[in-house]
Amino acid sequence: MTVNNIKFKRGVFPLSQQTWWQSENAKSVGLFLLSLGLFLLVWEVGARSGWFVRGVPTATETLGELWWWLSNPFFRNGPNDLGIGWNLLISLRRVVIGYVAASLVAVPLGILIGISPVAFKAFNPYIQLLKPVSPLAWLPLGLYLLRDSENTGIFIIFISSIWPTLINTSFGVANVNQDYLDVADTLGASRLRTIFKVIIPAALPNIISGLRISMGIAWLVIVAAEMLLGTGLGYFIWNEWNNLSIPNILVAIFIIGLVGLVLDNLFAALEKFVAFGRNS
Amino acid sequence: MRTAPVSPYLSADVPSPTAQLSIRQVSKVFPGKKGMVQKLRGKTSPDFVAIQDINLEIEPNTFVSIIGPSGCGKSTLLNMIAGLSPISSGEILLNGHPITKPGPDRGMVFQNYALMPWMTVEENLRFAVETVDPKISKKKRDRIIKEYIQLVGLTGAEGKHPHELSGGMRQRVGIARALAIDPQILLMDEPFGALDALTRGFLQDEVERIWEQQRKTVIMITHSIEEALLLSDRIVMMTRGPAARIDEILDVPFPRPRNRETIDQHPAYHELKVEMESHLFRETRAVEAARVG
Repeated sequence: MTVNNIKFKRGVFPLSQQTWWQSENAKSVGLFLLSLGLFLLVWEVGARSGWFVRGVPTATETLGELWWWLSNPFFRNGPNDLGIGWNLLISLRRVVIGYVAASLVAVPLGILIGISPVAFKAFNPYIQLLKPVSPLAWLPLGLYLLRDSENTGIFIIFISSIWPTLINTSFGVANVNQDYLDVADTLGASRLRTIFKVIIPAALPNIISGLRISMGIAWLVIVAAEMLLGTGLGYFIWNEWNNLSIPNILVAIFIIGLVGLVLDNLFAALEKFVAFGRNS
Repeated sequence: MRTAPVSPYLSADVPSPTAQLSIRQVSKVFPGKKGMVQKLRGKTSPDFVAIQDINLEIEPNTFVSIIGPSGCGKSTLLNMIAGLSPISSGEILLNGHPITKPGPDRGMVFQNYALMPWMTVEENLRFAVETVDPKISKKKRDRIIKEYIQLVGLTGAEGKHPHELSGGMRQRVGIARALAIDPQILLMDEPFGALDALTRGFLQDEVERIWEQQRKTVIMITHSIEEALLLSDRIVMMTRGPAARIDEILDVPFPRPRNRETIDQHPAYHELKVEMESHLFRETRAVEAARVG
């Protein structure tokens, strides 16, 4: 009986009995640091005692390189020897131009397609056919049409980041809660007013999640495309592979992941901002 | 199509010259699948007659409740009055003019509140007021919004978004929005159906109080006998579907303002309640039996 009582009390007042290191956040941070330490340790010991293939850099070596690249981000010793900051900015610039252009096409087009069931059915085959095509399949076509590697990179970003936004926008617009439309109807709202005041705000969470997926894809694609183009983070990796500098490749992978994480979190925050208690 | 020959004004109202809303011989048929493609696939379905030959005359400033078993087409009837659902046959006249589309002369309160989640309480009302009268002056608009927020007792919550409000508060906004456009008729589709019992009672009292102030014509769909008796002047009891009709119309003679504590002391209260209960039980039992059989 007494034991039960104590257990019951602990269940009721979980916070008051906890010290800081028992909280979930502290535990997860602890586990994260522990696993990271273990990983680096195995890496270091393994690389030093030849567990892996020949030439695998040690963890300390790689971290040293990372520190060097991060502390000298902007130097310029010719086209094949740029600081990582420059390469990052070059990649980001391509992504932003292609992505913004794609969004400017995809959002209005998605709204038009979503509003009209006829347009939805008519254009759906194009979208369904082009959506699964690998972005790199467009590369030769882009090079042939544009005759310019810079524009081809932007073109590939454009063509690959247009689909998620287009699909999500048209889906969101086509599936606006009928209650909202009934409200607009009973008030006698004009078609334009209904579109701008009801349909678009109601579909905004879907539109933003489409933009978020598109941004993720654009960031995935640019690295692959740049390997074939020259300059940018993708080319940096390709160049370091030709130099057989594995630590630098690892540094670039880390930075690409980090930037992708930041971009994704920006959109996650935006999604939250337009949700207003809705889940999607 | 089922069109059993029913005598035109069976168990319903005769046309009234003073009526504000006249529902005359109204039926709703949902067409079945009978196209070429469906025929070839052997997947045709017959027409579904939801409601058939409804006649109802509603005088100005009356509170009318429609009650009936689930799925009897109450909401369909209300949506036809609102103009959201086309009328298959017959006509609905508002002040002598047939209803063909939705309009701000009818205010609608939805069961699920249907507030725009991205708008604050004030913006939800402003959207309604500005939609109905785009040229309204800012001063007048703000005065109306303030007045109706005050009427439903939400002063202080103007800047909140719907997800920050309780269900009861959301429906208050729904009622304020419907009233703010000053409709001739207020249509309420199970307005308290999604609320817990206590909030429900509280909001019923609020609607009674607001009705005493405004005296608008109200048509309310409900499942609750007590709710209908507390609020209504007339109670329309519908039969089960398909081809639902009006079974009986009860006049509720209790004096106003009404009070939920004392209303059951009226001599007619229990008789009315028993009559409604037996009607609802009979129809619901028949619905269940039809489903089993």
